[in-house]
Amino acid sequence: MIASLRILLLAALLAAAGPWIHGAAADDELYRSFGGRDVITKIVDDATDRWVADERIKDTFDNINLVRFKRLLTDQICELTGGPFQYKGRNMYESHKGLHLNQKEFNALVEGLQEAMDKYKIPFWTQNRLIVLLAPMERDIVTR
Amino acid sequence: MRRSCALLLLSVFLLGASAAWAEEAAEPADEPAEEAKPREPKPDLFDSGKLLGTGGVTQLEGAAGGGLVPWAVITGYGTRDAIGASAHYTYITLSDFQIQSGGVALGLFDRVELSATHQEFNTQQTGAKLGFGKGYTFDQDIYGAKVRLLGDAVYDQDSLLPQIAAGLQYKVNDRGAQLRAIGAKHDRGVDYYLSATKVFLGQSLLLNVTLRETKANQYGILGFGGDRHDTYQLQYEGSAAFFVTREAAVGAEYRTKPNNLSAANEGNAFDVFLAYFFNKNLSATLAYLDLGDIATQKNQRGAYFSLQVGF
Repeated sequence: MIASLRILLLAALLAAAGPWIHGAAADDELYRSFGGRDVITKIVDDATDRWVADERIKDTFDNINLVRFKRLLTDQICELTGGPFQYKGRNMYESHKGLHLNQKEFNALVEGLQEAMDKYKIPFWTQNRLIVLLAPMERDIVTR
Repeated sequence: MRRSCALLLLSVFLLGASAAWAEEAAEPADEPAEEAKPREPKPDLFDSGKLLGTGGVTQLEGAAGGGLVPWAVITGYGTRDAIGASAHYTYITLSDFQIQSGGVALGLFDRVELSATHQEFNTQQTGAKLGFGKGYTFDQDIYGAKVRLLGDAVYDQDSLLPQIAAGLQYKVNDRGAQLRAIGAKHDRGVDYYLSATKVFLGQSLLLNVTLRETKANQYGILGFGGDRHDTYQLQYEGSAAFFVTREAAVGAEYRTKPNNLSAANEGNAFDVFLAYFFNKNLSATLAYLDLGDIATQKNQRGAYFSLQVGF
């Protein structure tokens, strides 16, 4: 009895800690911290420009319709941060599996995004709250 | 019979085609769904592909970690596809002693870490008091190995599971006779440890807990085992680091230690540090240390400087 109570308590604690751990967007606070879709659009544009110029990953953008890519990624980040938009593209595994991305390449994407967020003066701690939401996608995106 | 087969095939084809058409319709007409061109990443054995700071700095005994405590991270910037490496030099000046250490470490596929460190403990004035002579030094070589067992401190942001690693540090002190004179039982020993490290990225926070089984006196600088105890004892070590920017972290560490020698009381160690990552090739760590009582001298406090280069 005591043991099951303890387990219950632990489970409740973990459940309560959940949102704190991955900073899941329960409201649009993070979306607003970024300055909404306008700023997110600029960040995505700038990050994409960096990616297609980055020797480590530029070839992964061959054949990609960049206009469509940027709009989908903007939708995705808006949705992740709690904004009123919906990502309608394929899931992360499906959309990246053909690229055979490795971890270095995934991190190159993170670095380009960080530089873009720096450019638009997103505070470091706010940046990290978005990276938290993107980091677990490494498991689906990195297939090499 | 043949006709019904043909009908069936036709209806299956139509169903499939209409499903495909429905999928197409989800995409705006001006944007055909594209397939990324299939590719293979170019192999890069020295990729320096990890994110800045995620290899930690080098702790006192040569493992990747904070200043005093080994962490579960693997040294260098090599990802799981690559090899990374680092070299460090550390200088510690305390109220009555000075410690220097230098070493190299290799990170293999973000899985295994191998390290070799040389440490010199200078007794300065206290050497004369203890009868060894002023400026007498105790030196030790430390060979370390660490294996990442599970978890990923950085990417697993959707779970509480930390990155966990197991490691050992084989330490060989060069002053057997003098160590026995102060009551130590051995001039060499092995420490075993288990580290759990977690980055709480949303809070820009890194937490680490390390459990260590050891017989070492003052990390091994004063030998292993003593007149009070000559058995392995479990020690607790912890670190907390807060990333202020992508390049800078401030933090604190605590490390308990055995107290094996009746002739030389040993206390726990504590530090507060500032680590700065200039880039993936250079980092510097500054700390204020309180290493407690060492070799008859009380309250050894002082400064810690460490430089690390690597890739």
